[in-house]
Amino acid sequence: METAIIDNGIRPDHQIISDMIDPGSRVLDLGCGTGDLMHLLTQQKNAWVQGIELDEQAIYECVRKGLSVCQSDIESGLSEYPDRSFDYVILNQSLQEIRKVFFLLQETLRVGNRVIVGFPNFAHINARVCLGIGGLAPMTPSLPYRWYDTPNVRFLSISDFSGFCAEKGFAVERVRYLNGQKTITFWPNLRALSAIFLLSPRKGAGR
Amino acid sequence: MDTLQKTDMVAVDTAHSLGIVETQYLTFADGSEPLKLESGETLGPVTIAYETYGTLDKTRSNAILVLHALSGDAHAAGLHRDEKGPGWWDAMIGPGKPFDTDRYFIICSNVIGGCKGSTGPSSLDPKTGKPYGTDFPFITIADMVDAQRHLIDYLGIERLLCVSGGSMGGMQALQWVASYPERVRSAIPIATALKHSPQQIAFNEVIRQSIMADPAWREGHYYETGQPEKGLSVARMIGHITFMSDQSMEEKFSRKLKKGQFSFNFDADFEVEGYLRYRGANFVKRFDANSYLYITKAMDYFDLSGSRLISRSGIDTSFLVISFQSDWLYPSYQSQEIVRLLKRKLVDATYCELKSTYGHDAFLVELEGQTTLIRHFLERTYSGQRNGNGNGNHR
Repeated sequence: METAIIDNGIRPDHQIISDMIDPGSRVLDLGCGTGDLMHLLTQQKNAWVQGIELDEQAIYECVRKGLSVCQSDIESGLSEYPDRSFDYVILNQSLQEIRKVFFLLQETLRVGNRVIVGFPNFAHINARVCLGIGGLAPMTPSLPYRWYDTPNVRFLSISDFSGFCAEKGFAVERVRYLNGQKTITFWPNLRALSAIFLLSPRKGAGR
Repeated sequence: MDTLQKTDMVAVDTAHSLGIVETQYLTFADGSEPLKLESGETLGPVTIAYETYGTLDKTRSNAILVLHALSGDAHAAGLHRDEKGPGWWDAMIGPGKPFDTDRYFIICSNVIGGCKGSTGPSSLDPKTGKPYGTDFPFITIADMVDAQRHLIDYLGIERLLCVSGGSMGGMQALQWVASYPERVRSAIPIATALKHSPQQIAFNEVIRQSIMADPAWREGHYYETGQPEKGLSVARMIGHITFMSDQSMEEKFSRKLKKGQFSFNFDADFEVEGYLRYRGANFVKRFDANSYLYITKAMDYFDLSGSRLISRSGIDTSFLVISFQSDWLYPSYQSQEIVRLLKRKLVDATYCELKSTYGHDAFLVELEGQTTLIRHFLERTYSGQRNGNGNGNHR
């Protein structure tokens, strides 16, 4: 089953994330960029949003949109928040740039009741063809960088992340797989360009 | 977007000037109830010099209190009839500027302990009929804010839209939130700290010692004999070094010589020496040495770390915290401490470290980034509901 997302100028991953969020929630967006997702969440979900972003120009854009954002890198921006400060913590398209992945996800699940993680799929068929047949470092619409200018330090597939969640005890509440403007369900690890996971701590996991 | 970015540009033309403005004065605590100070002493009567720009709206909800730094005064913007230069934050306050006087009612007052019209050590002590000198009671940042609160009451303002200032002005903004959180909708502390570090106290101590080492200081009772000009001048020279950065001094002076060659005496050979001497000499004409002593002490005593800034939950003041990259007098880590404290209390906060080579002076001269951030932060606060940012009352 393939579902087209209504083309209204909203980025499909943003719409999927918005659909995962309950109205009136408190949301922390890690690596919020220019604040488009946060703005969408205030409009669609009447959410109380706070962003973390390193880039000065991106912060200006957020403030122009009337959003609150604190300048910091993602890994050190969380430590001061008390437990369960937010209903959702969003980590969209930043996971692949994080070094201490397990530590960060633990931290996000400490300050948030749920965590939404969106990342590009390294095992998409185009990437496999690139590497397997072409013998070149993969470049796809969701992995657009060349080997020498990529900010990514983690290269993971959807299957990798599912296995990681099972191993580390993160409960996967929902997953959506994206291919361009469409969500897909069959063979996602081969066909999806990116995935969005909704995680919560596994029940009885010490919380 | 285009129009937004155009309005973000700094206006320097006269169309955006306030024109001629005048200082006003409010005197209170002149009856039976003097102002109670943090030290336990009292002060009265108290006069506050202040200026206002723009118009207070019918609901009295558009008032912004702008707070000055160590040597500042109530004259924040516009021109005085007999002076050439505009107020100290004229680039930021006026029609169409970030503190837009077409929309907001801006108030700026001189701190108590100062020498620019508000009661301070150079004011007459009603008991003796002579200037207080060092008989003036010690004042704190909280006392300055308490005095400002009398002015805000007098103006009939229940809740300020914003309190904002740089350096010691930022301390006062923070103190407003600590003292009267329900009366402040938003705060913009710039290039400031929750408390002075030992390094900052050390600079202030050297500054004070240089004033007190001047024989003309006479234990603070110099008003008939003339103020300790040499000591105060050196104090200000130290200050100016801390306001700049290594890079800004290199750009401004490098090792340039005033006369092209060494004099082989102790005249000012280097341009940087000449600059500091000029700044020092000018300062003694406009600032009282005792005020410098009292105010630096108030800054050193200031400490809102721990739970003193936000003492209870449910405070809905929004914050915009700004620091500057090359500011080594109030380094960014001190602003980040403010932000960490706000995060801990889940207070709405925006923080940005702006690129600048100007050191601590940046808060007065680095206008572009501040203009963008302050303009839009205020617009959002003024429009009321946190940008349509939802309730999210799920604490």
